[in-house]
Amino acid sequence: MTKNIEISPKTLAQQVRRDIVRMVYEAKSGHPGGSLGCVETLVSLYLDVMDLHSEFRMNGQNEDMFFLSNGHISPVWYSVLARIGYFEVRELATFRQINSRLQGHPTPYEHLPGVRVASGSLGQGLSVAAGAALAKRLAHEKNKVFVLMGDGEQQEGQIWEAASFAAHHKLDNLIAMIDVNGIQIDGRTQDVMNNRDLAEKWKSFGWEVEIITDANDYDLVTARLKSIKAKQNQPVCVLLHTVMGKGVDYMENSHKWHGNAPNQAQFESAMNQLPSDLLDY
Amino acid sequence: MYQIKDLLIRGQKDTRSGFGDAMAEMVDNEKIVALCADLTGSLKLDAFKEKAPNRFFQAGIAEQNMIGVAAGLSLSGLIPFATTFANFATARVYDQIRQSIAYSKTNVKICASHAGITLGEDGATHQIMEDIGLMQMLPHFIVINPCDYYQTYQATKAIALTQDPTYLRFGRPVLPVFIPENAPFEIGKALKLNDGKDITIVATGHLVWEAVQAIEILEKEGISCDLLNIHTIKPLDLDAILASVKKTGKILVCEEHQRLGGLTSTIALNLSEIHPTPLKSISMMDTFGESGTPNDLMKKYGLSSENIVKTIQSWLAL
Ligand SMILES: Cc1ncc(C[n+]2csc(CCOP(=O)(O)OP(=O)(O)O)c2C)c(N)n1
Ligand SMILES: [Mg+2]
Repeated sequence: MTKNIEISPKTLAQQVRRDIVRMVYEAKSGHPGGSLGCVETLVSLYLDVMDLHSEFRMNGQNEDMFFLSNGHISPVWYSVLARIGYFEVRELATFRQINSRLQGHPTPYEHLPGVRVASGSLGQGLSVAAGAALAKRLAHEKNKVFVLMGDGEQQEGQIWEAASFAAHHKLDNLIAMIDVNGIQIDGRTQDVMNNRDLAEKWKSFGWEVEIITDANDYDLVTARLKSIKAKQNQPVCVLLHTVMGKGVDYMENSHKWHGNAPNQAQFESAMNQLPSDLLDY
Repeated sequence: MYQIKDLLIRGQKDTRSGFGDAMAEMVDNEKIVALCADLTGSLKLDAFKEKAPNRFFQAGIAEQNMIGVAAGLSLSGLIPFATTFANFATARVYDQIRQSIAYSKTNVKICASHAGITLGEDGATHQIMEDIGLMQMLPHFIVINPCDYYQTYQATKAIALTQDPTYLRFGRPVLPVFIPENAPFEIGKALKLNDGKDITIVATGHLVWEAVQAIEILEKEGISCDLLNIHTIKPLDLDAILASVKKTGKILVCEEHQRLGGLTSTIALNLSEIHPTPLKSISMMDTFGESGTPNDLMKKYGLSSENIVKTIQSWLAL
């Protein structure tokens, strides 16, 4: 494992929430809603679930790999990557600024440790992860490949191409996770374009489906992801039920906060709701 | 440097077979993996597939996913060759290429057959002539459009040795194999096929053979032509073009592609900046193709030796 981090995951999760709100506030743009909802998942993956080298390696050999397909929730990823030591925490202050490695959407173009392929245009991450999983199998590696997608993102056709591909090629080292917050830009997912029964859909494509009913419960999401990883024998799709905007009352469950920056009063209110023992960047 | 009179016809083959044969020969390179979207035979990949079944991946009719899978495969150091018809390898999947390959600088080789109007009878839905433009616009991309079986074979082997995202474009018609066996193939370096003084002909892809035939006719009339075979569209060998036009003062660009966005546009832009030179183009004039035999189509749309001869005759007669 990477982390000789002494902080408890839950303490770290709280600080990641503060980072997310601060980054979006200072950049006056970005996507806090999905980011806040996925805090536990990303902290859990990087602290407790994935086996990682202590330093970032582009080729991901002999370690687990993570891809973020819903690249707009870059703030949560950047904060976690910095907080576990992939790069300096103070670099978070450059988010969305000129000459930064922390682009609005993640990219390896600026050589940010942790990022292997760009995302932002939705629907592409599962294919890339499937390719990485295939490469691991060719190399007889035991490690796993994780990818996170949005639930609105499930409307993209390419995801279903990739779903067929992974099942057909029996990628039993691929774990696809979906942030099921029920919300996308224009409103509730069921109103914008009903995904219907995602679990049934993925099953019918040949995947095993696991449901985590409260993926904002750190212990629950960690225990479940660990056991899924341990006993996997086919591609697994994990439906993570989260709350968009989790932890900031006025952002919770509102599509308005998919991609909006708080004003100063809202920023201060959020900071008051998220006390932390750690230092802000 | 060569002279056209020395070029020997070594057989009749399609360019795509040059790709397939090179792939089959490179099968012992364990880094090479191939993907295809339900067109394995058309891409001449059967031999590779047979020799390395564990390194050939059927992607099904799902090209967007194939591009992403190729990007993911490359991260570990594998060299994925993602293949299908040129239309479905570029226009169909442009955003996937842009984000997962070009911007991410993943070492994927997109190898595309059935490019251009010479695809023939299937008609305009399949005859892409916008692909060079699309692909050369992408930062990081190398774009190669070889002219015969042998040059396609050489190009396939050459791109396996680089780390760059690459587009390799070839086609379906059976044409003379005329590139000499000892001809060098260097990515980004034009191949000079004839030395002349009256006009520079720059040709790429299947139109190189048309240019060769045209020059034989023109030479009998006392018109001598410089012929540059541009196989690498990007990076462009501007030095070779410049050296030639400084001598001849005129350039004719021949390509099986829309004039807008293709080699014609690129050369016009570059020469305008550094050495303005009168230019004409043998290319698709902002129109779609149609069904027909490759030969009939080349004639109808002016992508032919006859049209090259006519264009140069009337230009030089002025
Ligand atoms: C191909 C593509 N189309 C549209 C967009 C614009 N866009 C960005 S995020 C988003 C909504 C995504 O919804 P969801 O996956 O549920 O993410 P969440 O809002 O829950 O964070 C859209 C439409 C995009 N980034 N890519
Ligand atoms: Mg959502």
